[in-house]
Amino acid sequence: MKDIYRGSLVRLSDESPEVLAKAFAKWDRDTEQHRLADDDPAQLWSENKLKKFIEKRAENSSQSFRFSIRTLADDTLIGGVGLWVNSWTHAEAWLGISIGERDYWSKGYGTDVMRLIVQYGFIELNLRRISLGLHAYNERALKTYQKVGFKMEGRMRGEGLRDGVRYDSLWMGILREEWMEMNNDR
Amino acid sequence: MLDLQTQLFEAQDVRFGPIDHETHPEVESKWTHDAEFMRLFELKPARPLSPAMVKKQYEAIEKDMDEDKNLFYFTVRAREDDRLIGKALIEWISWTNGNGFIRLGIGAAEDRRKGYGSQALTMLLRYAFGELNLYRVTAVVPAYNEGALRLFQKFGFMEEIRRRKALNRDGEFWDIVSFGLLNAEWREQVKA
Repeated sequence: MKDIYRGSLVRLSDESPEVLAKAFAKWDRDTEQHRLADDDPAQLWSENKLKKFIEKRAENSSQSFRFSIRTLADDTLIGGVGLWVNSWTHAEAWLGISIGERDYWSKGYGTDVMRLIVQYGFIELNLRRISLGLHAYNERALKTYQKVGFKMEGRMRGEGLRDGVRYDSLWMGILREEWMEMNNDR
Repeated sequence: MLDLQTQLFEAQDVRFGPIDHETHPEVESKWTHDAEFMRLFELKPARPLSPAMVKKQYEAIEKDMDEDKNLFYFTVRAREDDRLIGKALIEWISWTNGNGFIRLGIGAAEDRRKGYGSQALTMLLRYAFGELNLYRVTAVVPAYNEGALRLFQKFGFMEEIRRRKALNRDGEFWDIVSFGLLNAEWREQVKA
């Protein structure tokens, strides 16, 4: 069997709340990173509050599959990724990813993570489809999602407002059969 | 234009009211025993709920309204006898972005196709745009719910997203359609 935790640049891991809280506190200072990944207002939380938040969200782990991301080269913690199963009966999950360490942007790390998490969704969770949303201004994310096989399913007009500018959100999905088709040589 | 005289919670045949914890659990429990209603209104697996379970849900709803402040929940009543006929809500409101999700359901089969849904939606939109000042609302509908598709189209919603084959029911696959209406679009309509 293949090692579903390891890609070509990164591996999926789980970290203690203390470790993650420290990393989040650092990444949250980078508002460009936050505003690319999230639609909640940017804010600064103490490590203590982050740690409690991380512990609390771990409680409903039967629906959510969260991972930290470490590089294979030197084991640096660079971000997080997860699948949130919104329905086991319909076998669908939402995907979320962020590379908190900006030095690792645009170098293939995100794509490697995406390949791993989509594979995990389809061959370990046996999902039927995976959905995700992104800000229309996040062009790097859009390219990555297209590369791993996500198809555009719609555009929510004016969903967000930042710096006084209204922007759309984009919504994409990938079906199990589409992914199988792309990966039938593996 | 400010229109204080036109009541927010009164329409021709229906009105909005709060939850009645005494009488409503019985009525809503009946709706949940109608599989068709459950499959039209819910994406979750249909299951009948006892009045006691419905009561618990009401308490959870009111707790959410109190703590999170991003949920507004109304019961829909018939004006003639104030009986419960449905529910209308705005949920998952993002205040910084000014958007929210709306849901609307008429519970009993005999109360459907009488224009109650349209009247309730008219009130719900005025509330969302005129009182909460949202920039936009979203309505999420399974593609097999033709009544809901027609209703939102009639109210000028634009189909924005189609999650392909997101539902699996009776061995068939259905899209989930997401409709959007902007405050500015709604204003144009009510002016006309």
